[in-house]
Amino acid sequence: METLGLLADGFAVALQPVNLLWAIVGVTLGTAVGVLPGLGPALTIALLLPITFHVPATAAFILFAGIYYGAMYGGSTTSILLNTPGESATIITALEGHKMARKGRAAAALATAAIGSFIAGTIGTLGITFLAPPLVELALQFGPADYFSLMVLAFVAVSAVLGSSVLRGLTALAFGILLGLIGIDLQTGQPRFTFGLPELLDGINVIVVAVGLFAVGETLYLASRPLGHATLTPLKGRAWMTREDWRRSWKPWLRGSVLGFPFGALPAGGAEVPTFISYFVEKKLSRHPEEFGHGAIEGVAGPEAANNASAAGVLVPMLALGLPTSATAAIMLSAFQSYGINPGPLLLQTQPELVWGLIASLYVGNVMLLVLNLPLAGLWAKILAIPSPWLYGGILMFATIGTYGISQSPIDLILLYLIGGVGYLMRRFDFPAAPTVIGMILGPFAEQEFRRALTISGGEFSVFATRPLSAMLLGLAVLLLVVPLLLRHRR
Amino acid sequence: MMHRRAFLRSTAYGAAAIGLLPGLSGPAAAQTVDTLKLFVPANPGGGWDQTARSIELALKQANLIKGAQVTNVGGAGGAVGLPQFVNQWKGQGNALMVAGMVMVGALIANKSPVKLSQVTPIARLTGEFQVVVVPAASPHKTLADLVAAFKADPAKVSWAGGSAGGSDHILAGMIAKAAGGDPKKVSYVAYSGGGPALAALLGNQVTCGISGFGEFGEQIKAGKLRALAISADKRQAGIDIPTIREQGIDVELFNWRGVFAPPGVKDADRAAMIDLMTRMNASPAWAEQLKARDWTGIFLAGDAYGKYIEQENARIEAILKDIGLA
Repeated sequence: METLGLLADGFAVALQPVNLLWAIVGVTLGTAVGVLPGLGPALTIALLLPITFHVPATAAFILFAGIYYGAMYGGSTTSILLNTPGESATIITALEGHKMARKGRAAAALATAAIGSFIAGTIGTLGITFLAPPLVELALQFGPADYFSLMVLAFVAVSAVLGSSVLRGLTALAFGILLGLIGIDLQTGQPRFTFGLPELLDGINVIVVAVGLFAVGETLYLASRPLGHATLTPLKGRAWMTREDWRRSWKPWLRGSVLGFPFGALPAGGAEVPTFISYFVEKKLSRHPEEFGHGAIEGVAGPEAANNASAAGVLVPMLALGLPTSATAAIMLSAFQSYGINPGPLLLQTQPELVWGLIASLYVGNVMLLVLNLPLAGLWAKILAIPSPWLYGGILMFATIGTYGISQSPIDLILLYLIGGVGYLMRRFDFPAAPTVIGMILGPFAEQEFRRALTISGGEFSVFATRPLSAMLLGLAVLLLVVPLLLRHRR
Repeated sequence: MMHRRAFLRSTAYGAAAIGLLPGLSGPAAAQTVDTLKLFVPANPGGGWDQTARSIELALKQANLIKGAQVTNVGGAGGAVGLPQFVNQWKGQGNALMVAGMVMVGALIANKSPVKLSQVTPIARLTGEFQVVVVPAASPHKTLADLVAAFKADPAKVSWAGGSAGGSDHILAGMIAKAAGGDPKKVSYVAYSGGGPALAALLGNQVTCGISGFGEFGEQIKAGKLRALAISADKRQAGIDIPTIREQGIDVELFNWRGVFAPPGVKDADRAAMIDLMTRMNASPAWAEQLKARDWTGIFLAGDAYGKYIEQENARIEAILKDIGLA
């Protein structure tokens, strides 16, 4: 096969000692920025753009790819240990992962996240290697109406995190949608809910909200309880994954990968939405649905695999068409331009050595990340042996520094603590925090696509039913919502 | 705030230019500014950031400054950064802000209380013309076809581009108006940037699209998009696409970028900055940057630039009113 030959050439490039070194630097740096909330791969690569004046293109892209994959691994570590998502795609990981950590199963949670990330990353990279051109053709068929219906489907998935009271869950969701609407409306250029503050024109960063609700809110809540109330078991039983853990993890890993990869390839798919859907799917398919919300390993394995596979998927339109579909991809494309390479549909033909070297380095980087992260799982888990007051003090400091890193704006810090206060009240009165964050991501997304679809159709609402993809997705959403209700009714 | 120490500073090239071979690159007195502070009201990676980076590189290669410090405050087409530059950088004689046409539109659309007229115009540096495209499978072969379809039924022609009120939207409104249609009726579909808009075009989701030529150039070359017109004043070398004006619609638009000093700088500082930019514009290092980035040099300095900004402000405000955004 021609692809295999080209891939072998790619490995010849990626395995050169100097390129291996760039890959190691990249994955290490990537893991570090993934751990810090706020500092994402996009910003890191943007700050490193000047190196394109000094090193060859292949080396720079191997470095950038390492940072990109590394950040996806690093983000889960803080989600699990500190309930502080480092990346928006690891918010769902915090739900079950941190519960596991508090029960003394941090090492198992970190291990299932790392192995799941490795498997998903590898499956995703295989997908880039063999499926890129046909997948991109399919992804381009998605128009605004189809995206809107996809978001409707994703909203159904929110039901998995609503908690015991549907009313409280929906209230939290509505609060999130409201937060998401703050800022300039893309379709009209008009500011909404900004109260004249220029800092709010670009909206509130979802990481500020996630860290505020999860980390700050939780810390304030614990501080309000009598000392010793915080039940944190540093380590219980075997540190490593048990046979039972493996048995419960492997299917979610595969399902998450298969779900995440095509989502990433969609021009407006993103890495967050597949994690919500994966969580929903795992909760529905699990034999232990009652464990969800109390530390179910499937709830870590599936979403983690989904976010890593979608990270690979994002590279599909970028390499096949020169289409940047995420902030990171856009910045990588601008790096292509500093080399005088014009990324476009002809990139594969004009720069085969670069593209296949990059793809091969993704395989290499993935192995490096597994080697880097697995032994660290046990070590990281020891952080939880720190006495609770100190640990939570540390979390607060970490959350503050990370948030300041997003835009170096004091307004973000004020917001963080305001939202933290809201998070405390929500925790105190038993409102779930996850729907707020999910609503903040899905709400504006669904709104923009809805309005785009209607602008294109000239105001005809029928587009949502007449486009086959859209009709199919809406039908699926209705089924998922109605069938469980009917089944419960018959019982 | 993000301070980036210049990476080039310690390199052999920089050392050679600054320290070791002063005689080759003119007398040391040519250095008008010690350390230049560049304020970019956008995030790293975008057009204004690239402009700042190119200014830094060219000035250093031409031995006009010792070093530069770049500060990024991104968001809302520059409307977040401008108030900071106006309030916190007031009177700083060695500071420049990079901005452009997009900011003029963003400030009007957001009804920002801080205006571009509050800062001190130094020089207009570059311009990027725009291109109107349709998907390869589209029935529209020329701009006239597209405009005829728009005038027949505006609801059936959707235009994809960047954020509402930005340069792409402005051009759509100008074309509609100059062709005798109603700019308010333009079915404009805003995307967060050229990339997502490109996806909509390649997937045949929209009728046509507008963006900077650089963002669509490769797709045009590969035959995935058909270019109908460019917004430049005349045909461009090596690009076989007619201008809008050539096709009977009197519209010309450059997405210009330039630099501004803070409010309240001394006249001597203003003159020194204009001099610095004039020298940079004449340097081979800057010519190289323009070529590498595919930018057109449209240098204009001092009072003439100030007058130009006033005209642009009036022109863009009028267009945004026509579209219904101001």
